[in-house]
Amino acid sequence: MSAIRSPAPAAAGGGVLSIRGLQKAYRPGQPVLRGIDLEIAGTGLTAIIGPSGTGKSTLLRCVNRLVEPSAGQILFEGQDLARLKGRALRLARRRIGMVFQEYNLVERLTVIENVLCGRLGHVAPWRALLRRYPQSDVDHAFDLLQAVGLDESYANRRADQLSGGQRQRVGIARALMQRPGLVLADEPTSSLDPKTSVEVMALMADLSRQHAIPIVVNIHNVELARRHAERIIGLSGGAVVYDGGPDGLHDEHLKSIYGGEDWL
Amino acid sequence: MTVRAGSKAGADGAAAAASAVTATSSAMATGQDPGYGPGQGQGHTPAPRRWQRFSPLVRLGRFAVYLGSVAAIVWSLRTIEVIPEFLYDAPEQTADLFRRMWPFDWPYWEEAIRAALIETFHIATLGTVLALMMAIPLSFLAARNFTRHVGLNWLAQFIFVSSRSVNSLIWALLFVAIFGPGALAGVLSIAFRSIGFIGKLFCEALEEAHPGPIEALTAAGAPRSLVLAKGYWPQVEPAFWSLALLRWDINIRESAVLGLVGAGGIGVALDAALNNLYWDQVGLILAVIFAVVIVTEVVTSWLRARVI
Amino acid sequence: MAARTGSEAAAARLPPSPRVAFAPNWAARAGWVLLALYVVYATGQLEISLDRVIRGLENAQRFLGRMFPPNLEADKLELIRAGIVESLQIAVLATAAGIALSLPLGLAAARNLAPPWLSGAMRVVIAVCRSFHPVIVAILFVKAVGFGALAGVLALIVSTMGFVSKLFAEVVEEMDPGQVEAVRATGAGFLNVLVMGVLPQVMSRFIGLSVYQFDSNLRNSTMVGIVGGGGIGAPLFTAYQRFDYDVVMTILIVIIALILLCEVVSGRVRRVFQ
Repeated sequence: MSAIRSPAPAAAGGGVLSIRGLQKAYRPGQPVLRGIDLEIAGTGLTAIIGPSGTGKSTLLRCVNRLVEPSAGQILFEGQDLARLKGRALRLARRRIGMVFQEYNLVERLTVIENVLCGRLGHVAPWRALLRRYPQSDVDHAFDLLQAVGLDESYANRRADQLSGGQRQRVGIARALMQRPGLVLADEPTSSLDPKTSVEVMALMADLSRQHAIPIVVNIHNVELARRHAERIIGLSGGAVVYDGGPDGLHDEHLKSIYGGEDWL
Repeated sequence: MTVRAGSKAGADGAAAAASAVTATSSAMATGQDPGYGPGQGQGHTPAPRRWQRFSPLVRLGRFAVYLGSVAAIVWSLRTIEVIPEFLYDAPEQTADLFRRMWPFDWPYWEEAIRAALIETFHIATLGTVLALMMAIPLSFLAARNFTRHVGLNWLAQFIFVSSRSVNSLIWALLFVAIFGPGALAGVLSIAFRSIGFIGKLFCEALEEAHPGPIEALTAAGAPRSLVLAKGYWPQVEPAFWSLALLRWDINIRESAVLGLVGAGGIGVALDAALNNLYWDQVGLILAVIFAVVIVTEVVTSWLRARVI
Repeated sequence: MAARTGSEAAAARLPPSPRVAFAPNWAARAGWVLLALYVVYATGQLEISLDRVIRGLENAQRFLGRMFPPNLEADKLELIRAGIVESLQIAVLATAAGIALSLPLGLAAARNLAPPWLSGAMRVVIAVCRSFHPVIVAILFVKAVGFGALAGVLALIVSTMGFVSKLFAEVVEEMDPGQVEAVRATGAGFLNVLVMGVLPQVMSRFIGLSVYQFDSNLRNSTMVGIVGGGGIGAPLFTAYQRFDYDVVMTILIVIIALILLCEVVSGRVRRVFQ
């Protein structure tokens, strides 16, 4: 089925992520991603929607090479991420923040230390080991904590003492701590209750605009995507079947993405 | 309520009631309506539903284990040498032994035991510290989620198995032959024996570490050393301390006997007393060892409770 | 806006105090320093000097030279075979009898099953069994029942009981009273409550425990022979005292191979019973 495209919103600032012909097959002959072509730029949220198993997570993880792409190019800040190895890859990863469904905080460390972990790619190892981060990083960490809605009293609490929503906020702060050119969010709201999901999505949309960083979000909940994303990409069967603004997303698009009618 | 069908129960009320419950609940567990099957309405008798807890292969395996165990026991009983005269003599000998031990030779404490006890403590502690320093890096090599080189994994695991298989007493024999009698041999024996214990358990803790935070730190571009320090280490730190205390406790016990082969500590005093048949000294030494072990165990249990 | 006073102006010019992410952990730092000091102190007390270590390493080279190649002569191998077989037998019997005796001991020591005077007394018995190294117990049994495998078996039974009954008592104390209640509610007698209510919960841990204990006893059975308790320890010690280090090496290789084999088999057994 050919992709249904409505006019995309204009790009402004931020790094440009250019995915060309991305393919991934976990088992030979059973491709999960069949040649994805995408340009991500500007600020604001880009939501990727689609049924489970259609490769949303794979797509995101190919960008920062947590999953190895089978073929294709991933151009970001003048480099093809798909080709990088070793140290070059590690340095490039510093420019891409990631927020996870299960938060992936280090439970036994404090909130502030978790946020500072975002700088581990930049600080000298001895500094991190002895916990002597540069004061500018410490200040930035505190500022980010406030920006995600957690006041200073949270800084020295252990991460496992926080609720789900609070943990995800720390995760977002950690990602932004990297001062990245792009943030990937892999189903950041799937483990959260409805109210917290809305708060987290709104927070990410705000921060994206404030810091001029594009955020790409995988999400199940189409309503949330509609409300907070500036651009929606629909994935089905490993290919892009919709790419446009939330207003252009009509029922027939959703049917082609998810199949079936009963749930609409 | 899941009551598992035990085959040894015998035919009385409890078993009958239990198996009736089992039949119903297992039928419900397989998603079938207990009384009605596809052919029920037409007056066919349904095939009897059989429920087996384990697949045939597993049942065969379990049977083999039971059979093997029984066979091993019977074989051992038949071929082990027991000299009956010694056996009849045993109660008399034991009574004699206890008579000779009490009263203890109390002055011997000042003479030899106190210093030897302190030496035993040093041997156990230094041995444990040395073992931790050697075992932890090896554990990282052995952990399949940290080191993805199968050859290195196997090498480290082999070192652990060898270390564990050779008893600390045997290690002591070797080190006494190399370094001469004394505490040095003792420390090395304790260390080399403990590497396997610590290494195996710490490696298991590493492999059970949550991969999520590791993934997050890697995705943020952290170098391997910091992924280790901030991703793995916080997760396994409680296991490390718990393990260190546990092994230290065991090592106190082990260090006490190394002296029997000359590797220092209170075992030397014990060996001397045994050779001279001074059973009252032996009694005192055993009592002291007992007290030390109890104290150590209480202290380490308390510390471990605080760590976890 | 009113003019500020001098001190207010001065305060306004100071930079804000830096926010601190990590308070220094003085207790931990003190702990590490103490540990380092202790290591230095103890090493001195034990008269372990670099000099001794280096001399020992030279010795070690010579030693290793005498251990390789391992001795594979037929008569030695026969002795070793007999010794290993005896060690296996000791381990099998000690594990079987030890576990059998641990069951009632563990049950009697469980505070939720037994009256306090009984559980207290049994716990003391268990503590005594655990406190002594098997070698020491073996020495005592050799005095009581003479040289040979019986002393070894009895010594290992004692150490098995010390370990298994304690764990067993803990498992019984942690068990879910609901299931026991349920079986009791059907009107079952004590034995049936035991079999149908208690045992199913503890069975799989029990198997794991038995397998672990067999491994442990096998390892210990290799050394009780040094003090007269039978098994491979005796030929090992004899060869050692005669400086036949190549025979010692052979025995060590056999022991390691045997334990490796047993660990593999144990792993399989445990999986079958999961």
